Amino acid sequence: MTRSWWKIVGALLVVYTLIGGFLFNVPRLNIVNETVRALYFHVPMWFGMVAMFLVSTIYAVRYLKTPSIINDTHSGSFAKVGLVFGLMGIVTGMIWANYTWGSPWHGDPKQNGAAIALLVYFAYFVLRGSVNNHEQKARLSAAYNIFAFAAMIPLIFIIPRMTSSMHPGNGGNPGFNMYDLDSKMRMVFYPAVLGWILIGTWISTLIIRIKIIDEKIYELEDKSH
Amino acid sequence: MNWKIKVTKTITSLLTLFLSFNLQAQDAEMADTMRSEGKIYVVVSIVLVILLGLIGYLIFIDRKVSNLEKRLNENNH
Repeated sequence: MTRSWWKIVGALLVVYTLIGGFLFNVPRLNIVNETVRALYFHVPMWFGMVAMFLVSTIYAVRYLKTPSIINDTHSGSFAKVGLVFGLMGIVTGMIWANYTWGSPWHGDPKQNGAAIALLVYFAYFVLRGSVNNHEQKARLSAAYNIFAFAAMIPLIFIIPRMTSSMHPGNGGNPGFNMYDLDSKMRMVFYPAVLGWILIGTWISTLIIRIKIIDEKIYELEDKSH
Repeated sequence: MNWKIKVTKTITSLLTLFLSFNLQAQDAEMADTMRSEGKIYVVVSIVLVILLGLIGYLIFIDRKVSNLEKRLNENNH
């Protein structure tokens, strides 16, 4: 656990979010009622996903500038964790939608956009898995990664705002203002976002380190034969 | 005098309208009974145990990876 202070911060923030998310006061709203607390857990998944995909894209650009294998490893690993965050976001969203909107899949523009964005990233891993040559795989997936990120931004952030989405902050609704009238919710929500991003980064670095070890062992085996 | 009465009537009716909105929001069904009985703490502690278990497992994996890195670096020299 070297240079691990931020890992501890991430863990503490998520623990705090869980306690605060269940116990602190929330606005009493009709329809959502107590489920407004799901905002503390569902929305940080998406923030985490976007953060992981952003880092992944930065490493993809870096790879195209200086093609070293470490940049490709970083790019692929962060995208992996981002995809896990996205899947958890969509599943938690479906549970919440079933309660507040009446059905798990409501054809909401943001829901559809998020699903398409996830499919675009699924294709990224299909691409990575289908090319045998290491350098070719890294170069192709780096280029595709940039495209995937560029496609995700309008799908999640722009199109839902242009049409009528039931998500707050879309279709002319102002941001989270509807929920945190008393801004008490921000006290839990922002730490949750930061905490989950740190946890996601922690898991990504673990995947990267394991891959580096894997490669080193591979090299050692090559030498001994 | 007539317009004054009209204005006050509109203002009061608007006020009652806003107040009723507010009251409606106040009346939104929340899990108050569960909270007052303290049962929410049962839920929080159960989820906390799971979360702490997962974080502990993450620390365990982190240590193992560090150990592997160390062994590999020693072997290389």
